[in-house]
Amino acid sequence: MAVVFEKPKALTDAVLHYCPGCTHGIIHRLVAEAIDELGIGGRTIGVASVGCSVMTYNYFNCDMVQAAHGRAPAVATGVKRSDSNNIVFTYQGDGDLAAIGTAETVHSAARGENITIIFVNNAIYGMTGGQMAPTTLPGQVTQTSPYGRDVEKVGYPLKVCEMLSQVDGATYLERVAVNNVKNIKVAKAAIKKAFQNQVEGKGFSLVEVLSTCPTNWGMTPENAIHWLEENMMPYYPLGVYKDKTAK
Amino acid sequence: MNKQVLIAGFGGQGILFSGKFLAYEGLIDGKEVSWLPSYGPEMRGGTANCSIIVSDTKIGSPIVDKPDVLIAMNAPSFDKYINAVVSGGQVFVDSSLIEQKVERTDVEAYYIPATKIASDENLPGLANMIILGMMIKKSGIMPYENIEKALNKVVSAKKANLLELNKKALQIGYDY
Amino acid sequence: MSEKVLMKGNEALAEAAIMAGCKHYLGYPITPQTEIAAYMSKRLPKIDGGVFLQAESEVAAVNMLIGVASTGKRAMTSSSSPGISLKSEGISYLAGCDLPALIVNVQRGGPGLGGIQPSQSDYFQATRGLGHGDFHLMVLAPASVQEMVDLVFKGFDLAEKYRVPAMILSDGTMGQMMEPVSLDAGVINNYDKSWALTGTKGERKPNIVNSLYLKPEELEVKNMERFERYAQIEKNEVMYEEYKMDDAEICIVAFGVAARVSQNAIDIARQQGIKVGMIRPITLWPFPKDALYEAAKKVKAFISVELNMGQMVEDIQLATKCTREVLLCNRVGGMIPTTENVLDKINEAVKLGGVK
Repeated sequence: MAVVFEKPKALTDAVLHYCPGCTHGIIHRLVAEAIDELGIGGRTIGVASVGCSVMTYNYFNCDMVQAAHGRAPAVATGVKRSDSNNIVFTYQGDGDLAAIGTAETVHSAARGENITIIFVNNAIYGMTGGQMAPTTLPGQVTQTSPYGRDVEKVGYPLKVCEMLSQVDGATYLERVAVNNVKNIKVAKAAIKKAFQNQVEGKGFSLVEVLSTCPTNWGMTPENAIHWLEENMMPYYPLGVYKDKTAK
Repeated sequence: MNKQVLIAGFGGQGILFSGKFLAYEGLIDGKEVSWLPSYGPEMRGGTANCSIIVSDTKIGSPIVDKPDVLIAMNAPSFDKYINAVVSGGQVFVDSSLIEQKVERTDVEAYYIPATKIASDENLPGLANMIILGMMIKKSGIMPYENIEKALNKVVSAKKANLLELNKKALQIGYDY
Repeated sequence: MSEKVLMKGNEALAEAAIMAGCKHYLGYPITPQTEIAAYMSKRLPKIDGGVFLQAESEVAAVNMLIGVASTGKRAMTSSSSPGISLKSEGISYLAGCDLPALIVNVQRGGPGLGGIQPSQSDYFQATRGLGHGDFHLMVLAPASVQEMVDLVFKGFDLAEKYRVPAMILSDGTMGQMMEPVSLDAGVINNYDKSWALTGTKGERKPNIVNSLYLKPEELEVKNMERFERYAQIEKNEVMYEEYKMDDAEICIVAFGVAARVSQNAIDIARQQGIKVGMIRPITLWPFPKDALYEAAKKVKAFISVELNMGQMVEDIQLATKCTREVLLCNRVGGMIPTTENVLDKINEAVKLGGVK
């Protein structure tokens, strides 16, 4: 019997804890497929962050270390500098990467660390139950912005790819989304490239993935996809923000 | 023997270096030694001082608060430490920078215009070694023969030209 | 024994770490420990596989340390008091992940930015609360430049043996002073590191370095197991030195520079016929409880000499079960007790009565 679909080897058999309709599962799979296709699972070391993706160490079938909130790029730096043959990636959410871990993110990029960062942006703190994130949109209602994000009082969202594009040390920055099959294919290619860059020693690669959070957004999965398309994608345009490897 | 030496002056006068030289002399002589600098912003221009202990036995506190020997290379240091010197101790004063005289009668006072000599003899920045040469002679803290050996330890091979200058400065002080 | 050389404590410690096989140093400048970073930045790039990184913060530095330590390699970070506070988050994670690593604190005065002169006011922090959660780290207190070297070997060894972070709790005096030192290699044991993240190479199940246990019954088991190791450390690894304790009626307890000053005071008091000695803890955790308990049966009083407002005093009282008076001789803010300060306190102890 021909196999038409199977789980990537880089994923374990553990059942994902993510909410129904959450796009973390898709992103996990894309990361795992990239690892499999590049044949690097045996030398890959992942760094889990704090947030909904805190337990990725249960899902990726490779050596994993769990980092403190925001510190994954620093931990990844240590792992990579310990042995440059290690393929090191972090998997971080928006609160982790763009609020408490901003310094670690910016400076690992500035150093041009040869690591891969998967940055999942769903515009909200998911694990703690839906609070305002550094990427929460203006006017967006969350548990800690119950009247909508008031930019006069709490400031504007951070656009991570745009910001890091000004950092000389960064090699490759792309923002993708997993809202439809076409974009998922683009996302897959970007994630694979971000790993490929590391294999080839090309330096700091970050892929920002626009993701949904139906539970904390208070929507059905389908409506969440629509909300992402109508609200997030205009504010966070998809595309390549920097690519030093491009000819 | 347990000699507690305090060298004090401005940052930039080579206070720490001359202390290091003294410590190495002790080490070569098979003594126990310690060297403790003042540190922080004062290293960069303010007052600097350095505690050196040379002893036959294991050294307890490396801090010299009652020196047997004080080398004062500026007026503020002289004022600050002159009364700390133990009775029967020795005080060495760079008289080209310090106008004050030692009023205490229970200590031996030695005056040498080290900074002026350094300038006259074209030994820039080596007033520290001139006054140290005098101290080595008058205190008998260590044998004359060890001077060159200690210099070889503290002056890097790359700066061999400085070796001769330091030797000359020590000699001038020793013979003063 | 190799020929003795004169070295600053900070530089001797750094060289010892390299000799102990530490090829990764992650740090951030702060007085009075910066010589360690400067020394490492000069030496490590010349060593095969050596990595010196100046991090963007103390927080990042300790997390880089976690990254290296998780791969099973020897790594070190160093700082001074305010920087150690920033590192405390990472130190808690090191403990929770059972990772061996060496952290050096060249203490300065506090709280807050405090000052830059020597202090021992991080005693509580090091021995009680270096970060959130139930944990200890090995705390080693050098009292000479030679011990700055020897305890680096010891620290790495114990850290790997018990899979705990170890700290060298030094101070500005020990870091800045020069003394003759023998740079002799200590023992480097090969402990099991099958837990290390080296990549599965497709040959084993993934290793996971983690401190998160959402099921309380699992976390309880983890913590209980860790405390069994702590009990072994307390049983096997206590280090201290006695000075003139044979006939002592007064016992000074002091570590680091305070012990050096106390030694002078003891020698002078002995000349005056006062029977005073010293127990110098070399490990602050584990604290030499038994030695002090035994001493309490013989001496009339204890004097704790510290560069803080009286922190170790509490450990002495606990160890001796408050059976003897414990006097405090202290200077703070970067001041160091003088020999006279200690002598005055010895005389005060004599007046307590019972001391001949």
